[in-house]
Amino acid sequence: MSEQDYILEVRGVTKRFPGVLALDDVSFGLGTGEVHALVGENGAGKSTLIKVVTGVHRPDEGEIFFAGERVSFASPREAQEAGISTIYQDTNMVPLRSVAQNIFLGREPRNRFGLTDTARMKREAEELLGRYGIEADVTVPVRSLGVGVQQMVAVAKAVSLDARGVIMDEPTSSLEAREVETLFGVIRQLREEGVGVLYVSHRLEELYEICERVTVMRDGKVVHTGDLEELPRLQLIAAMLGREAPEVEERISSSTAREHVTGELILEARGLTAHHAPRDVSLEVHAGEVVGLSGLLGSGRTETVKAVFGARHLESGTVSVEGEEVDPGSPSEAIKSGLAFVPEDRKAEGIIAELSVRENIVAAALPRLSHGGFVSRKEQDRLVERFMDRLGIKASSPDQPVGELSGGNQQKVMLARWLCMGPKVLILDEPTQGIDVGAKAEVQRLISELADDGLGVVMIDSEPEEIVEGSDRVVVLRDGGVVGTLSGGELTEENLVHMIAGSGDSEPKEDGGDASG
Amino acid sequence: MPVARTATAGADSTSLAILVRLRNNGVYVALALLVLFNLFFTTNFATAGTILGLLSQATFVLLVALGLTLVIGTGGIDLSVGAIMAIASAVIPLYLGYTWPVAVLVALIFCVLAGMLNGFLVAYVGMQPIVATLALFVGGRGFAQVLVNGQLQTISDPGFLALWRATVFGVPMPVVIAAVVAVLVGLLVGRTTFGRYVLAVGGNRTASYLSGHPVRIVLVAVYAISGLLAGLAGTLATARLAAGDPATIGLLIELDAIAAVVIGGTPLSGGRMNVGGTVAGAILMLVISATFVMNNINPIYAQMLKAAIIVLAVYIQQGRRES
Amino acid sequence: MATATGTTVERDTLRRERIFGAIQRRGALAVLIAIVVVAGLTLGLFLTPRNIEDILLHASFIGLISVGMTFVIITGGIDLSVGSLVALGGVLAGFSAVAAWPLGLLVPTLACGVYGFVNGLLIAKAKLPAFIVTLAGLLGIRGLALVLSGTVTIPILGPPAFVWFGRGEIFGLDVPIVIMFLAFAIGAVVLNRTRYGEAVFAVGGSEEAARLAGVQVDRVKIVAYTTSGALAGFAGALVAAWLSAGQPTVGQAWELYAIASVVLGGTLLTGGAGTMLGSLVGVLLFYTIQNVINQVGTLTSYTQQLVTGIFLIVVVAAQTYLTRQRTY
Repeated sequence: MSEQDYILEVRGVTKRFPGVLALDDVSFGLGTGEVHALVGENGAGKSTLIKVVTGVHRPDEGEIFFAGERVSFASPREAQEAGISTIYQDTNMVPLRSVAQNIFLGREPRNRFGLTDTARMKREAEELLGRYGIEADVTVPVRSLGVGVQQMVAVAKAVSLDARGVIMDEPTSSLEAREVETLFGVIRQLREEGVGVLYVSHRLEELYEICERVTVMRDGKVVHTGDLEELPRLQLIAAMLGREAPEVEERISSSTAREHVTGELILEARGLTAHHAPRDVSLEVHAGEVVGLSGLLGSGRTETVKAVFGARHLESGTVSVEGEEVDPGSPSEAIKSGLAFVPEDRKAEGIIAELSVRENIVAAALPRLSHGGFVSRKEQDRLVERFMDRLGIKASSPDQPVGELSGGNQQKVMLARWLCMGPKVLILDEPTQGIDVGAKAEVQRLISELADDGLGVVMIDSEPEEIVEGSDRVVVLRDGGVVGTLSGGELTEENLVHMIAGSGDSEPKEDGGDASG
Repeated sequence: MPVARTATAGADSTSLAILVRLRNNGVYVALALLVLFNLFFTTNFATAGTILGLLSQATFVLLVALGLTLVIGTGGIDLSVGAIMAIASAVIPLYLGYTWPVAVLVALIFCVLAGMLNGFLVAYVGMQPIVATLALFVGGRGFAQVLVNGQLQTISDPGFLALWRATVFGVPMPVVIAAVVAVLVGLLVGRTTFGRYVLAVGGNRTASYLSGHPVRIVLVAVYAISGLLAGLAGTLATARLAAGDPATIGLLIELDAIAAVVIGGTPLSGGRMNVGGTVAGAILMLVISATFVMNNINPIYAQMLKAAIIVLAVYIQQGRRES
Repeated sequence: MATATGTTVERDTLRRERIFGAIQRRGALAVLIAIVVVAGLTLGLFLTPRNIEDILLHASFIGLISVGMTFVIITGGIDLSVGSLVALGGVLAGFSAVAAWPLGLLVPTLACGVYGFVNGLLIAKAKLPAFIVTLAGLLGIRGLALVLSGTVTIPILGPPAFVWFGRGEIFGLDVPIVIMFLAFAIGAVVLNRTRYGEAVFAVGGSEEAARLAGVQVDRVKIVAYTTSGALAGFAGALVAAWLSAGQPTVGQAWELYAIASVVLGGTLLTGGAGTMLGSLVGVLLFYTIQNVINQVGTLTSYTQQLVTGIFLIVVVAAQTYLTRQRTY
């Protein structure tokens, strides 16, 4: 592609942070009317690159060209005005304000008195959404819309700013299949209009569907840039990981499909019903078994496991561990019965960022480490050392504030918090989310080991491949109720995706289902 | 270029370390400097009588501030502490007939109940701490006044007055009481499970809940303790005044107390508590006032200086948290 | 096509949001109307023009402060210094009104506005917590007022034009009352119909989203605090006009009454939502209660405080409970 065809070009950009070389001589070009994939593991430098391009950071070296001219944006606002729009993973809208208000934030149309013209705002917002086939009431607060719709509104907003370059950072992470198609429709339209789209995602199937070219980053460098057609999946992954292709293939095929060695019934949940979700869900887990919980966003998986753990008010239903019923409605009761729960959102619900690694690890174990109300420092330190060792938690010391650790290590701290309790059942909500490939493999291996040791595991994972690989049995939810179970030979990615989508042989059961193995 | 960077990095890291030290211990440094200043320049300062007298006067703010430290540790605030002091002051004279220990006990029970009301509103009803304790701020003093029909009640019970006047090995009783309470609170924060719970609730309430901590109970408890300590402060203030006076006891004390906590290094956002800092902060507040008074400068200037110091303290701490 | 409300969870959330939002906004108004009706029927002296004007007059000063407080709270902040600024305003008016009556209004407004600007700088630029900064202001400015006035009340024997602002009448209504309504009206227009108003909501709702949309977050906050300060200063001048004296001791706890009024009116302390009308209703409600308690007569002023406190708890508790988002 010749230089004039690039809408956005990055040449030799380097960016340093204290102690870290985030971008190292990065160069690539986004053409007009091109959909360009940007891939790389966590920490490869994708977000930093985007931030440099959009003006959040200034590059230490190198140049950026937009529409043929050298640019140096001082803020995202400037980039936006020049014609680069960015859609982030968190939609970055103001939750209490309406769709229309969010779309026009900062540039509200005014009437001749200089006051905001609310009627025109509403009209134009409706037109905009209609143009892209998005149905939504523009007058309601955005937080009352589904996450998928919020994402679509963010896309519409970005597009309405007359952008010539649009950067999308994990745009489909919250979308259902229909919405993804709508999004792709929008992207195709942008392409036709000559808008360049930089598409950042780790969902390789999507990339191959919608993107023409790809740039792979690793450790702050560009390791490959070229047409996507010419790069087979395996080689793409290899480039991302920095491994040779055959090695990657081996790793994929050798990831243990689980072996069935299960024991006694260790967790039994019957007829769980709570506000909206779950709806009459029943679950059985045996010692040594990994039960995966699958379904789309909004299907009630997190609500179900929280209900089991006592973190969600149960309207009806019972939970029993090893035959004994658990007092509902209180995590501390659940914990006493031997349940453990690692939530999805580490930052909001998991780690206590300012407290040390040590304090985070013992957070659930405090009642056991205290004698007469006082915490035994010695016992605590022993416990912490043992588990930091066992899980390989990397920190400068046990006193380091846990907020400073990497995602992978934070997740290990969360696991340590529960493992040191010696639980009978471990519930994990998206345990591999937001951590790099190395840590991911470690966590997956650990889960498998724990099950082999006799723990019962319930695992929520949105990646069909991962959940099929890691589970003995997968229960599929939709709208808060069970629609089916897959196990043994039936447990394949294809079957799972079919069941989730509701097509094929599986039929949604009317009055909830029973998901015992 | 790399070489030069390492060299400056070396020099930077030393001065940075000093700065960090200063930030973490600023309140002690300030207190030490001010005390030194007074020792040299203020007549009569360096006498045992003056110093003990100052410490005695600092006990009210100190006790209240200790309770506030716990509340602020959970990310909350308690604006009603002054009103709770007034409640104690109103109740005591009413029960002195049953001997003074009973009177004090009853008063403290009232105060704990008031604190628990605060806690209940925050933990179970879900009100913002500012609003919940604001309601008690508005209504509490009124309640206290209603109890005594707005009358000031003089007290002559020697046992009760001894709470203020007695000395233990030359140290005034209030100072002893405050010191004991300070140590207890310090232990509570640093060594007990409860202290950990407070830090967790303040640091990340959801994570705390999911870790099985008794979040609501912890919240009610910290407000109850705040009420208890405010009640204790009110008791001492009443003993000092030798009268139950809900109109003036504890007036505006919440400001000094919050200032003491903040200057002492406990962030308003919760998750971290510095009990030693609170003690130093409370004493510092008083020494500032005393410096002005004893040097015959209008004490109102002291108030203005305190305001400036509060802003400065937070500014310094802000930098520390970001580094 | 993507639809607005995908699952039943989302549809029900939408409906619940609408209902509870309405309760929050109209709740105070409903209570106010209820009290007015009941009091009007049972207390003979309640619905007299004189009494109503009495309520409105007492409410007007806090009302003025509440306008500024509403802006500040919606941005997610708080301003505890306004009570002391009222006192400072009064003292400054005491000094400047004698020179020329316009100065009696201008000097306090400008001076306190400048102080509000400083608050804004510390909070927006230096990122210091608003609670602490304005708490320091509460202490420091009160001290300043006391020092400047020599701790005495400054009588304003001066120009009748100045005193008119406190004691005069426009169309039969006391001037401060008219000014209060005017302030709320202007505040409402600014909040709901200008870009600045949209920016205020955005900053309070999600600073990050606002920043990314290009909103000048710092500027929005600074303007809010400057306005709050200026209005407090102006209110102080009006109080001085009304008292014909600059008293350094006025305004004690007024910031808390203003906060209570704004909260009663449905503005969220966490920021991002609120209405001027709500704050107006909140102020009126607050003072109507005081008035009713007074009228009932058998209650002493202490009981008044007690009842006000209980009332505050009940109303806000109801609001909080009804609109509480289920977190777990």
